[in-house]
Amino acid sequence: MKTENKNAAAGGFSALGKSISQIGTTFAEGDWKTRLSYLIFGFGPLARGQIVKGLGYLATEIAFILYMVFFGADYLSKITTLGTVETAKKGRVTVYGDNSFLILLFGLLTIILIGVIILIWYLNIQENRNEELLLKAGKKLPSNRKALGSLLDTNFDKTLLALPTLGIFVFTVLPILFMICVAFTNYDKNHQSPSNLFTWVGLENFSKLFSFGKAGFGSTFLTVLLWTLVWAFFATFLNYFLGMGVAILINKKGIRFKQLWRTILVLTIAVPQFVSLLYIYKMFANDGLVNGYLLKWGWITSPIPFWTDPMLARITIIVVNVWIGIPYMMLIATGLLMNIPEELYESARIDGASPFQMFWSITLPYMLFVTGPFLLTQFTGNLNNFNVIYLLTKGQPQSMRLTDHAGQTDLLVTWLYKMTVTDTNYKMAAVIGIMVFLVTAVVSLIVYNMLPSVKDEGGFQ
Amino acid sequence: MKEKDSGSMKRNRLIGNTITYIILILMSIIWLFPFFGLIMQSFRSYDSAVEYGGMVDYIIPKHFSLDNYRFLFSGETNYLLWYKNTLIIAIFVSILQTIIILCVSYALSRMRFRGRTLLMRFWLILGMFPGFLTLICLYFLLKQFGLTQAGAVPGLILVSVASSGMGYYVCKGYFDTLPIALDEAARIDGATRARIFLELTMPLSKPIIIYTALVAFMAPWCDFVMASYIAFGHDKSYNVAVGLQRWVWTNDYQGYFTRFCAGGILVAIPVTLLFMFLQRYYVEGVTGGAVKG
Repeated sequence: MKTENKNAAAGGFSALGKSISQIGTTFAEGDWKTRLSYLIFGFGPLARGQIVKGLGYLATEIAFILYMVFFGADYLSKITTLGTVETAKKGRVTVYGDNSFLILLFGLLTIILIGVIILIWYLNIQENRNEELLLKAGKKLPSNRKALGSLLDTNFDKTLLALPTLGIFVFTVLPILFMICVAFTNYDKNHQSPSNLFTWVGLENFSKLFSFGKAGFGSTFLTVLLWTLVWAFFATFLNYFLGMGVAILINKKGIRFKQLWRTILVLTIAVPQFVSLLYIYKMFANDGLVNGYLLKWGWITSPIPFWTDPMLARITIIVVNVWIGIPYMMLIATGLLMNIPEELYESARIDGASPFQMFWSITLPYMLFVTGPFLLTQFTGNLNNFNVIYLLTKGQPQSMRLTDHAGQTDLLVTWLYKMTVTDTNYKMAAVIGIMVFLVTAVVSLIVYNMLPSVKDEGGFQ
Repeated sequence: MKEKDSGSMKRNRLIGNTITYIILILMSIIWLFPFFGLIMQSFRSYDSAVEYGGMVDYIIPKHFSLDNYRFLFSGETNYLLWYKNTLIIAIFVSILQTIIILCVSYALSRMRFRGRTLLMRFWLILGMFPGFLTLICLYFLLKQFGLTQAGAVPGLILVSVASSGMGYYVCKGYFDTLPIALDEAARIDGATRARIFLELTMPLSKPIIIYTALVAFMAPWCDFVMASYIAFGHDKSYNVAVGLQRWVWTNDYQGYFTRFCAGGILVAIPVTLLFMFLQRYYVEGVTGGAVKG
């Protein structure tokens, strides 16, 4: 794995070197049309009758220049300070100064677009070289019609991926880069654009996260992180084994109405979670049904604090999550259990194995082998399981020991959400977001390399 | 000896099955109880002259009434509007997201182009960032186009659809299992990639299309984070999840609980029926997805 990565990296570098040297040789060996294309994109193709490609390159260049002149250059020049002109009140009129938010966002966009235009410049050079080589070899250039038609055939991948990639760029890549930058600024409720400026502060926010003093986030962060990991562990493995157990029970020979049992359980997947979870939250509330009946029957004298006692709240959440998780795992396990060859069990039975032994040495290894990657995605999904926590407790109960409105059942993501929405403490939200990414990435890397199906691909075939 | 043996085996099996039945029946009760309670309490009137609409310590209402349902349709709330918003969002997201996922999956499964693994790895890493991290940034982006508050419905559709290409895993896994020899034969016959995609792969992909569309359709009914943030303070742009969740958390002291139950039931019935109807495809999808990861 590691050597492969190294090779890939080395390959990348040598490819980059090759590309750069090709830019030079193309210029040296090329004709005047090609050379002019270095300045005017698509000039060569246009001169050689490749109208569609040539116009495409040229239009890109013009659009880029217009963007830079009227829009990008201004933002780009301010990105080092994120704006200096404060918003001021002159009499009754508010005169808006620089908007740090937009400067950062569009400054980033401009930097990325510059990268993109360099790439297009390179592609434009490569196109020129290819055309020249074709002509030198005495071949005809493909007609414009063919060039367009290839978008439905050999270049169909570009057609298919263009829009999705653009969407991901604008609505995922750009926002994530923006938020990573925000982690290095002082963007919070005292520095809200457009009325106030915010600016770069270096690693200040990170040192705040790891400082354990009174104003620091250190102990709160560790508490929340620990609970996030504990939660993800229980939410994943408890559901996994219990769900598998239920699937085995329903699959058992001689059990009737299999479809009925499954349908009853699957209801929890079908009913929108906000309906069922909000209802369950109310059911276990201090004045809810469960406490109401227990009090009426005289089993308890005061309501059980299902949601207000920190420890109990955590346990209740995990139990309720089992209610949600078992059906899902049951569905998956049912399908997979049928794939286990019956002969394995047959021969085990002849050897006199007990049902438990059969489970331990046939069913479990098989299931772990096949569902390894699934377990990993479940675990990382549970690290970020917003719905269950937020619909049940909103991260409550609150604690004096925790700073910044973190509750005792808050996961990193729900804490992040509160910081963004309630506290508008964007800088720390961004820092927490980066931490969530690091935790997810580290867990994924470690577990992925431990998976039996990765280590030993043919193990069960 | 032999007869006695099989007799005891039979008895063991009988005991085992009885225990299993007891467990399954108990589980069914636990699993159905919240839904039973939800239905019962939706029939308890919120009118203080009849009964109370908040929390009480009994399940079966003393007087069955349709007051809550009447309230939902009365025009005193925007419930019907929320319902319409959610339905519109769900339908559009379902259609557009399915198209995008199919396109991305086909390209990644069938075509070999420069940067393919790089792209997949990049998207995998992107997926490790928590979704809510970018909340403010998305809000400002949408605001630039006027797609917040009053325009929240198209805004939500745009946000949900735009990044959906990253959720290609299950669908690509399915395409990977379709025999590539079919494609190659069609290519020899002179069919273009686009024709193969539309006329060969699509008809073979009914299960995965239904699975993708179903999952995409169900998600907006639960989405309240993005929805409440983008529609912020604009009651008419809420979806059912945002609206009903506010009834539980902020209006509860006025006895809105039973109205929440009725509203929830009306949401749950169509979604549940649809899911049950298409369950087979869902099971196929999640099982396939789980194995391939």
